[in-house]
Parts: sequence; structure tokens; C-alpha cells
Amino acid sequence: MRDLQLSLNQTQRVRLEAALHELQTVAPAAAVTVADTIPVNDEDNILKGHGTSDQDGEVVATLCGVVERVNKLVYVRTLRARYKPEVGDIIVGRVIEIAPKRWRLEINFSQDAVLMLSSMNLPDGIQRRRTAVDELNMRTIFEENDVICAEVRGFQHDGSLHLQARSQKYGKLERGQLLVVPAYLVKRRKQHFHHLEQYDVDLILGCNGFIWVGEHVVVGENANMMENKLNLSAEVENFTPLVTRKHICRLANAVRVLSALGFTLTVELIIETAEASVSSNIEINNMLGAEFYVQTAEREVKRRADLLRKKSGAR
Amino acid sequence: MEYVNPITGFRVDGRRPNEMRQLKGEVGVVARANGSALFEMGNTRVIAAVYGPREVQNKGQQVNSKDALVRCEYRMADFSTGDRRRKPKGDRRSTEISLVIRQTMEASILTHLMPRSQIDIFVQVLQADGGTRAACINAATLALADAGIPMRDIVTSCSAGYLCSTPLLDLNYIEDSAGGPDVTVGFLTKMDKVTLLQMDAKLPMDTFETVMDLAIEGCKAIANYIREVLLENTKRLECQRG
Repeated sequence: MRDLQLSLNQTQRVRLEAALHELQTVAPAAAVTVADTIPVNDEDNILKGHGTSDQDGEVVATLCGVVERVNKLVYVRTLRARYKPEVGDIIVGRVIEIAPKRWRLEINFSQDAVLMLSSMNLPDGIQRRRTAVDELNMRTIFEENDVICAEVRGFQHDGSLHLQARSQKYGKLERGQLLVVPAYLVKRRKQHFHHLEQYDVDLILGCNGFIWVGEHVVVGENANMMENKLNLSAEVENFTPLVTRKHICRLANAVRVLSALGFTLTVELIIETAEASVSSNIEINNMLGAEFYVQTAEREVKRRADLLRKKSGAR
Repeated sequence: MEYVNPITGFRVDGRRPNEMRQLKGEVGVVARANGSALFEMGNTRVIAAVYGPREVQNKGQQVNSKDALVRCEYRMADFSTGDRRRKPKGDRRSTEISLVIRQTMEASILTHLMPRSQIDIFVQVLQADGGTRAACINAATLALADAGIPMRDIVTSCSAGYLCSTPLLDLNYIEDSAGGPDVTVGFLTKMDKVTLLQMDAKLPMDTFETVMDLAIEGCKAIANYIREVLLENTKRLECQRG
């Protein structure tokens, strides 16, 4: 349990151990460690993917993880490793530097990502060549330490990673919390932006393990909002109401508990956890305590058992 | 002094000459690091933390942009030895051991897979009872594997010595300070290759071979243990993920 320092009492410890033990029995996984030989049945034509190497004709793992086979491709899926970008991933990152015509972002990759000024929409929404004036005004768009949502555009020839933000839904994230979880807990899905209407909260599950929980922003009216900002009266309206802030904190704590337990983060699970904390009358600040932690583990065990039963029932 | 009892054949701490101390390895002990591990060999206890691969912080240190830059810092805690003494940061001993660990780990890390990035390894000795060098390498291996950094093979290290005309495996502090030869070996088990060999005394050729073989046997035993720890950790993470 890396992230949470818990003081469990005797019963809680027993319950947690029982729950985690229950999880262990479910999935028999083809786990390998560094320098394990991966058994290959038809030796002649297989493709060696990530995390494998060839040593004296044997396929040997170079990472700790789970062996995955897709047709002829054999690769090792890592668990606790830094993020490995794929083109089209939606990521959340933090600006660490402004360089000529580009921002450098920390995205939990082995190097900093680059967001070019030319690969993002200008705030006025007009398509045109970026001028020297635009370059000088880069800090009005993003400053250092801003949290940004963007998409992976691809790798350049020199190996650097480029991002793009060519849509209204990308851009600066404000009034919310950034949570950093291990990247393997976020699965690639069709949808990474979620608007939770019942809470008036936006949830962005970045593929790089950066998760944003913040106040909902209406995307289509972005242009109008820029005008609003000029009005000082609008500043008052921009104040996040207390209820929303509480919702943000509750969801953020749900994410923290789930990631500390090492469960895959899906919207459904996050909402379920937050709802469970409401229904069992747990205050936001007590969500990170031992009791809720154990309860979450037990609930997950039950949920997975139900899923298994449904699957076998369908058969 | 008698380091091996002539009647029973036991050593000062009650071990047999070819017996290792109790091993203990734990992964994921530092919350903010990308990979971390605690490794114990008897009373020697070492903590290692790995950060990276991440952007190169000091571009001047980067020699080749096609490979990852590996850095290592070894430090002994003030409270790690019998007499509590503040140790200056860059003394000769720790600089040398940092270098040794760095070179050993660099030999096994597949640096060409992580261009333009750097990997920082920090090892700190919490309790020193002989064989810190070996324990540090083992801890660093565990931490690197935990950080998901691709490696050719698991490097393990073990020391061996020769006292009272007996080859001894895994020397503790008393045996280490007896002034006899101390051979530290770093070994890649799968590839059957030696990556580190250090000795600070003279030893006849044929005795040296037996001592080195003993140390290699120790390395293999440690490798088995480390793989067990890693496999268990991987299985646990995968099962929890579901």
C-alpha cells in the first residue's frame, strides 16, 4: 500500500487481508519477471513485442508484468511503469517550461512532451499563421504550472513526443484537483472526458495516469466565456459553489482510495465508490481512513464475484 | 581470533561457512519514487529508490542522446554504523561505491530503449553489517524492476571471503574487518556473466577460484529469491487490478 499510511485495527486488518486474498484467487495471470523465459509453442514465426528480447533463441522477458498474446505477437504488459504514449491518447499534463513556439509538459513519460503553438487552437478561434506577436503572448494562453488536457499527436524523427490541442474540449483545466495515479490503472477507452451531471463535475481520466476532477465547463460557449472574463462582474459568477467543491473532493478521495488499493479506475467504479461513501454517511475527510478503505476493498470483491456469476449464468 | 570454530566448523554468528544470512526483500516502500525496494541481508539493511526514466536535468552530463543516462548515489545513514558519525557527502568510499553500483546497473539496463532520458538510483544504507556493496546492488535491482525499467537480466551481488583457510560466504562486519580477502561479485544469472568483481587483498589463484565460485553460488540463490519477490508482487498487482 504505497500511497496511504493506514492505521488499521485488528478486525479491519483481518477483513482487508481476507478481501485481498479473495481477489488473488480470482484471476490466474501469466505473470513474468525480468529474465523469465516466455514459453512459445510455434517457434518459427512469432513477433517479439515490448518487454521481450531474444537470448540464444529463447524469448526472454525484460520487464515484470503479464504476458499478452495477440495472434503472433508476444509482448509483456507492464504494471508499475511510467506511461508509454500511443497516438491519439488523451492525456493531462502540467506545463513546466515555455520555450520558443512551444510549451514543455510533464506527462509522466520518460521525457517531456512538447505542445507546439501551431498545433493548438488560438483563443479567438481564427485559423491563421502564428505570428511573432502570438509567440510573445504565449503566457496568456498557458503559464508555467498550468494543468492542460491534450491529445498525443505523435513522435518526431528525433524521438520527442508532440501533443496537439485542436479542439474546444482540450486546453487549460481550472478549478479542480489533479490526481496522479499509476498509469496502468487507467484503461484506454472510447471516452475519457466525463461530465457527471448529478454532481456538475468534469472527470478526465488521462491515459498517462493524471486524473482531473474539476468543475464542469460548458464547452460550446467557450467563446462567450472569453468575453465574460472581460466583465469583472463575471468573476463573481465564476466562483465555484460549495456543493460542487464538496463533490469534487468526494470524487477525488474516491479516486485516491481506489488507486491506493490498485483497482482499475473506471467512471462507474469511481461514482459507485463516491455514492457508497454518501450512503454510509462517511464524511469527505474520513474517506481516506481505514474503515472506508476496507469497505471499498470488500465492495470490489463482491462486485467482481457478481460479475463472474453473471458471466457463468450467461453461458 | 578464530573466525571458524575448529571443532564445530561454525562461524562467529553461528553460520556454516557456505551459509548465507537471512534475506528479506520488499518492493514499493517509497511512495513518491517510480520504483523502490528495501533489502536485508541479516543485519545489513539497505533502501533503494529509483526515479525515472525522466527528462535529463543537466544536459551537460548527457554523453549520448541515444541512450538513457544512469546516475547513482550511495550514502550511509549516520546511524547505520556502531559509532554514530556524520559522514561528509562526497567522501572517497561512497563516491567509489556509487560508481561501482552505477556501472553494474548500467550493464544490465537496456539504455537504448529510453533515449534522451535519465534514471536516478538512490541507495541508502540504514544498517551496516558488512556486505553493504552487495546489498545495495540487490536493492537497486529490485527497485529498477519495480520501476518497470527494461533490463537484460537480474543482477545480483554477493560477497565471499577466505579466513582460517576456509572460504566463507556473505561476510558480516566482524569477518569483514578481520583483514582477510573480501571478494564481491556481481552476476547475471540467466546470461551466466560476471559484471562486477572486486577484491581488496591477495589470494592464491586456486583459492580465489573456489571463493569466487562460492560467491557466484550466493548470487544465484539471491537471484532466485529476488525473482520470487518480484513475481509475487506482479501477481498481486495484476489480481487487484482485475
